[in-house]
Amino acid sequence: MSKHKHHSVLPGFNLALGFTLLYLSLVVLIPLSAAFIHTAKLTWPEFWNTVTAPRVVASYRLTFGASFAAAVVNAFFGLLVAWVLVRYPFPGKRLVDALIDLPFALPTSVAGITLTAIYVGNGWIGQYLEPLGIKVAFTPIGVFVALTFIGLPFVVRTVQPVLEDIEKELEEAAAMLGATRWQTFRRIIFPTILPALTTGFALAFARAIGEYGSVIFIAGNIPMVSEITPLLIITKLEQYDYTGATAIAVVMLIISFVLLLIINLLQWWIRHRKAIA
Amino acid sequence: MVDSPSQGNRIKFMSITQSPHTFTAPQTQEAPWARWVLTGLALAFLSLFLLLPLAAVFSEALKKGWEVYLAAITEPDALAAIQLTLTAAAIAIPLNLIFGIAAAWAIAKFEFRGKSILISLIDLPFSVSPVVAGLIYMLIFGLQGWLGPWLREHDISIIFAVPGIVLATIFVTVPFIARELIPLMQAQGTEEEEAAIILGASGWQTLWYITLPNIKWGLLYGTILCNARAMGEFGAVSVVSGHIRGLTNTLSLHVEILYNEYNFVAAFAVASLLALLALVTLALKTFVESRVAQKISR
Amino acid sequence: MKFNMWLSVGLLMFIVANSNQALADRTILNVSYDPTRELYQAFNQEFIRYWQDKTGEKIAIRQSHGGSSKQARAIIDGVPADVATLALAYDIDAISERSGLIPAGWQQRLPNNSSPYTSTIVLLVRAGNPKKIKDWDDLIKPGIAVMTPNPKTSGGARWNYLAAWGFALKKYNGDESEARHFLARLYKNAPILDSGARGSAINFIQRGIGDVLISWENEAFLALKEYGPEKFEIIIPSISILTEPPVTVIDKNTDKHGTQDIAQAYLEYLYSKKGQEIVARHFYRPSDAETAREYAHQFPEINLFTINDVADSWQQAQQIHFSDGGLFDKIYEYQ
Repeated sequence: MSKHKHHSVLPGFNLALGFTLLYLSLVVLIPLSAAFIHTAKLTWPEFWNTVTAPRVVASYRLTFGASFAAAVVNAFFGLLVAWVLVRYPFPGKRLVDALIDLPFALPTSVAGITLTAIYVGNGWIGQYLEPLGIKVAFTPIGVFVALTFIGLPFVVRTVQPVLEDIEKELEEAAAMLGATRWQTFRRIIFPTILPALTTGFALAFARAIGEYGSVIFIAGNIPMVSEITPLLIITKLEQYDYTGATAIAVVMLIISFVLLLIINLLQWWIRHRKAIA
Repeated sequence: MVDSPSQGNRIKFMSITQSPHTFTAPQTQEAPWARWVLTGLALAFLSLFLLLPLAAVFSEALKKGWEVYLAAITEPDALAAIQLTLTAAAIAIPLNLIFGIAAAWAIAKFEFRGKSILISLIDLPFSVSPVVAGLIYMLIFGLQGWLGPWLREHDISIIFAVPGIVLATIFVTVPFIARELIPLMQAQGTEEEEAAIILGASGWQTLWYITLPNIKWGLLYGTILCNARAMGEFGAVSVVSGHIRGLTNTLSLHVEILYNEYNFVAAFAVASLLALLALVTLALKTFVESRVAQKISR
Repeated sequence: MKFNMWLSVGLLMFIVANSNQALADRTILNVSYDPTRELYQAFNQEFIRYWQDKTGEKIAIRQSHGGSSKQARAIIDGVPADVATLALAYDIDAISERSGLIPAGWQQRLPNNSSPYTSTIVLLVRAGNPKKIKDWDDLIKPGIAVMTPNPKTSGGARWNYLAAWGFALKKYNGDESEARHFLARLYKNAPILDSGARGSAINFIQRGIGDVLISWENEAFLALKEYGPEKFEIIIPSISILTEPPVTVIDKNTDKHGTQDIAQAYLEYLYSKKGQEIVARHFYRPSDAETAREYAHQFPEINLFTINDVADSWQQAQQIHFSDGGLFDKIYEYQ
């Protein structure tokens, strides 16, 4: 990278950077600052009381808990799917590979009504679960299902390229030296894909925390039980409590910033490892 | 192959302590039963979470036959929703395309301080909840917001009108093209452009004849992602839409409205239209990906 | 350049889409609450015909539906509504207070406190009434799943809540702590709190969730009409609340759009003989005495109390029950 450090002969730096900053400011930064400025109307104790009210805290617990659980499931199955897609031939593989991104391309409201239709008591899956006493739709489990759906592509898509890049020689060497497949996986493959896996996990987690469209249809919206934080923002708005809504929005914004920072650090970690290897 | 020393050590350590006697058959494949189990598990998971919902959309949509289905998607409000959705995407995508090229040009071709912060800021809309995105536009353009009264006086409507929906759409799709182009242009380096400039090409000529042809597949790929997200956005648009039938309803909002009118078949019919769009997107994406792969391998 | 071309095509489409709007005949926007979709669909057609006969002008009417508070909030934030037809006066009061788009005395401008139709809250159960639900106090029995929306966001849900509250006050001779206990038990039986009345109805009717739906009377009749008495049954409780959904012209918006005459005539037409008939046909109780007599067979007799019997005003009811930290929140916080 050091070769770029001298003065570049390429033109357009000022124009390109200027436009980038202007556009970003107009569309993203200035609007986001509105949330912070609006919240500044509150004193610190007022702000604190708003964002730590029991119902709000319960919504954080659900949002983060379900997002975390969904991201964990996605990390496990995402790794499995990526592994199968990279390593094993099977008929229809290209089709399956293309379908992985469906949750990304499918509008969230469509996902919401569809998952609800499947998991309610008279739905395709619900009819088998309900007699067992398992209720999915309109419970926290429903929130978890919706978040698993929307987070599905992230782990697969971050792990897949890294798995493809792993050099076979390393595994052959391990096998020559007598390692079992499981040992090779645990000691060689897993450490290599760990940064990508963590990034995928963090991306799925970040996406899940903000998710609204698919969740509101399938969550029961019971205060303290199945109410997610973005819904609470909407609820506050509909009670004409703009400042309260914005205060919770600010908390979510800060969390987004932090998560993003972590994700970028992770990606730096991957590049760093790649550079060493 | 160069490996990190620590990894090499670990392999040696393992081979000595744990399996000193299995030198016979070097295996780099799992046993067939393990492969079947793993493949089966993966496919079961995908069927449960991907195929089943997809099948459900079409099954519910066609529950009452093709006639009802066609009637639902050609009804005037649905057509207005399609038009609005296309309009929003048609404005948001070119703007984000220009932004993506400008941002990638600045970030990939030059060194400057604060670059990593800039990259993080471009990513920000990805992790901000769509609801928050809608809310902030309301704080600015709403009648009780910063610019609301002024806009009203000058007869400009932003929120609860097409511009608000376009703005919300732009916000949620800002990162997609830029994020696709930055690594691509970084990987390509600056030599070709530098040569063109030294040979006397202007900046625009260089961009047009050198850079854009090099990144065209990445550009298309980013556009496809951006389009998918733009057409499907729900949360942010729902806050700024006002849900006026035939006027400020996008397709994904129209799904919700029909759903709330006991009109399930129509809701799923419109939903299936969006699902089809998603499938077309995926097909295009797969095609573009294979082109990108060819390009790289060449 | 290709991208500039795309951009101009986009802008062109945008301009065309907007100018279409400007060139069209006058349009009014009615921002309403959830269960009125079918009512206004029918009423709008009738009014468009009436207006054309009267003035020769062909107008268009646009509709927006959602939870009552959500709709009021949208008007406050600038949805260009010409008329608001919401579920309760509190939401229109909020528009007046927070946006100044209408004067404070809006409710005195039209007859009957600006409510051209009234309704009440009834219980909808599955055919045969398998859980033997007869009255409000059956709803707090263990094992009964009650469907009702969230009173924080739904106007209908607030009427539901206050109807149960009125019953409890009567049952416990005005003992408020007993009444609170009653409501706590009732909401403990509610597995889902949808954000709007429609959501609850859909979950009960279509998804088959819950044993009883606390519902607008008109919504219950609509369900009966659509799905037949072989699927549902309406239970008339011993006592319920008289719901008065009010309507108003949003003055500052109609001034701006130049639609005062249409908006005013639109609402007045709701009170006309024809309007009242449409109202009654959609199972709202007409305010016109004559129409009410004609359609009396369709509406069961219910012991009704009004909002003023359980609170000084909507403001006060809102403050005590539904504000943050109010009685409704306490139900959930101390469970």
